[in-house]
Amino acid sequence: MDAPDQIFVLLKHAVVSWFPTPVQPWISAVLSIGAILAVYPMIFALTTVIERKALGRIQNRPGPNRVGPAGFLQFAADGIKSLTKEDIVPRAADSVVHFLAPLVVVVPPLLALAVLPVGRNMVALDLPETGLLFFLMVGTAVELGVFMAGWSSHNKYSLLGAMRAIAQLLSYELPLLLSTVSVVMLTGSLSLNAIIGHQSEVHAGVLLGWNVFTPWGAAGAVLFFIAALAEANRSPFDLPEAESEIVAGYFTEYSGFKFALFFLGEYLGLFAVSGLGITLFLGGWLPPLTVLSWVPSWLWFFGKLAVLMGIFIWLRGTLPRLRMDQLMRFAWQFLLPMSLINLLVAALWQYSTPWPHLLRWLPAAILFGIPYLLYHRAFLRQHPPRTYRYAS
Amino acid sequence: MSAATLHLLLAAAMFCIGLAGALCRRNAILVLIGIELMLNAANLNFLTFWKYGPQPQPLDGPVFVLFSVAIAAAEAAVGLALIIAIHRRYRTTQLEEISRLRG
Amino acid sequence: MPPEPVLSLAFAIVAGLVLGGSVAAVSCRNRVHAGLFLAVALVGLALVFLRMGAEFLGFIQILVYVGAVAVLIVFAILLTRGSDSAHERRSNAPGIGIGLAVLLWGVLAWGILHRSPGAIATPSPPPSMAVRDLGERLLREELLPLQTVGLLLTAALIGAALIALPEPGISPRPSGSHGSAGTETPPSSPT
Repeated sequence: MDAPDQIFVLLKHAVVSWFPTPVQPWISAVLSIGAILAVYPMIFALTTVIERKALGRIQNRPGPNRVGPAGFLQFAADGIKSLTKEDIVPRAADSVVHFLAPLVVVVPPLLALAVLPVGRNMVALDLPETGLLFFLMVGTAVELGVFMAGWSSHNKYSLLGAMRAIAQLLSYELPLLLSTVSVVMLTGSLSLNAIIGHQSEVHAGVLLGWNVFTPWGAAGAVLFFIAALAEANRSPFDLPEAESEIVAGYFTEYSGFKFALFFLGEYLGLFAVSGLGITLFLGGWLPPLTVLSWVPSWLWFFGKLAVLMGIFIWLRGTLPRLRMDQLMRFAWQFLLPMSLINLLVAALWQYSTPWPHLLRWLPAAILFGIPYLLYHRAFLRQHPPRTYRYAS
Repeated sequence: MSAATLHLLLAAAMFCIGLAGALCRRNAILVLIGIELMLNAANLNFLTFWKYGPQPQPLDGPVFVLFSVAIAAAEAAVGLALIIAIHRRYRTTQLEEISRLRG
Repeated sequence: MPPEPVLSLAFAIVAGLVLGGSVAAVSCRNRVHAGLFLAVALVGLALVFLRMGAEFLGFIQILVYVGAVAVLIVFAILLTRGSDSAHERRSNAPGIGIGLAVLLWGVLAWGILHRSPGAIATPSPPPSMAVRDLGERLLREELLPLQTVGLLLTAALIGAALIALPEPGISPRPSGSHGSAGTETPPSSPT
């Protein structure tokens, strides 16, 4: 292929070929791991600065603007500060578990990032049989780390944060898994590369066949990203670390570098789950238009990631936090039934392939529309529109 | 000693550790932990016979393990719900103290 | 691929993880530690599955057991704490249980080591597990058991929710009646 698309792949081949044959697999693995360890924390650093600046603009204040050009070196200052801070372990804490918890929170997202294809031929760990399953498996390990952090701190706020976190993560895992199942059903493979390959068909000349352009894909993407926000503890689902309610939730008792590790783990988790969403629904590294295929594939992946991060920052600045009962009700009474309906729609879509296009959309619209309207009416009955007597 | 023997010995050891836990511990949740260990030892045996044994039909072992995992998950959920309900009524999870039939 | 030695270092490490985790899980006095060691043992078992070439099952093992069952167990430990102290007393006669277990393991090991040599013959092509084959098998030959398991899981879900729901008429007994209330006051649970 053309050079800019494959530049990193070629570079890696060139470096690996310098070494003798027996160590070549090791060098290749080390290079891939090094790339992951370098790229994603760098994106994390930039994201924190951009997020703080964007939140600042939303709240009509400048945000960080002192360190470096326009404040963009703020992450370096924060990093040095957290490294040099004293590391405090509470006397009542369970010191071993307290020490292990940040590691259990940071390592799984890094493992998950390894299986994401970020460009054509660019995937650190290709699992042709079980790629998606590996990703989901690794995601569940974070729950235990969160629990370990909250329990070992021996602090009421930490424990409350941990219990909120476990309840939330377990509940939102179901819609997350079920919305990925629809993609697996239609692709017929758990390999992430195969899922991207399945979305590369050309429809209508210019648009490529991303999953999001089908009824089940569109609904699945919405369900997936809502659940992903909750899995990543992002606002408006940031109850486990709601600072106005329970200080900082499960990592209240962490300071210095360990606190930074929790912060890093949270953002890496967000990148990983957004990357999975991009892979499953938004075509991975595929361009949206065939005329744009000269742009390197990895640029498409990271561009989509940047757009998603922008949307998530926007949501964080806009939406208020949910209450605990609202959170659980939303997961079990809305997201879960809707993702089950989504599976049905995906099956109908698969079996109605010979039908004309408009006719294929009709059952999906009915299946989604009627429950949604019913939910809407039930919601309005419970929560009638508020009237403000004196405000107007 | 073959790999099959090693895996079988490991499974047997795991089963016996789980059995000892289920017999000795007095807390309902810890008994459940012992039972989970025993179930997992059985799964390991299924996979060992699939991998190293004669196969009348391929994939018998993995299919059995899949069903076993699903049923174990249901068992754990119901068991823990029972323990929580009992705890709510008797304020204890020590098995010896839950001895009354009429609450 | 050269044939690997039977007792490799990798197997020793993984087996050590399984056995050590299991022993700690059933012998730890701190209940939360016991739950965490259960997770360690089950991760070790998943690694054993991976070494046997059962990639799919190893991942399922971690997804279900570590992601769901171990988390549920520690969650239940948190929900039921406060009534009795976090460190429970030893059993009155642990020797009987341990003795029985050791005896059983001895019998099993004797049986495994002295079985007739032809009982387990390594098949000439080492079995591999394609996920597609597994899916075909589940959805064609094992369709009825699969549906039954789905029904069972649904029933378990509803049943667990109903059982754990607080009964309206019953007020909990005062916690002092058993004399083993913990010295620390637990934070109120959010449920």
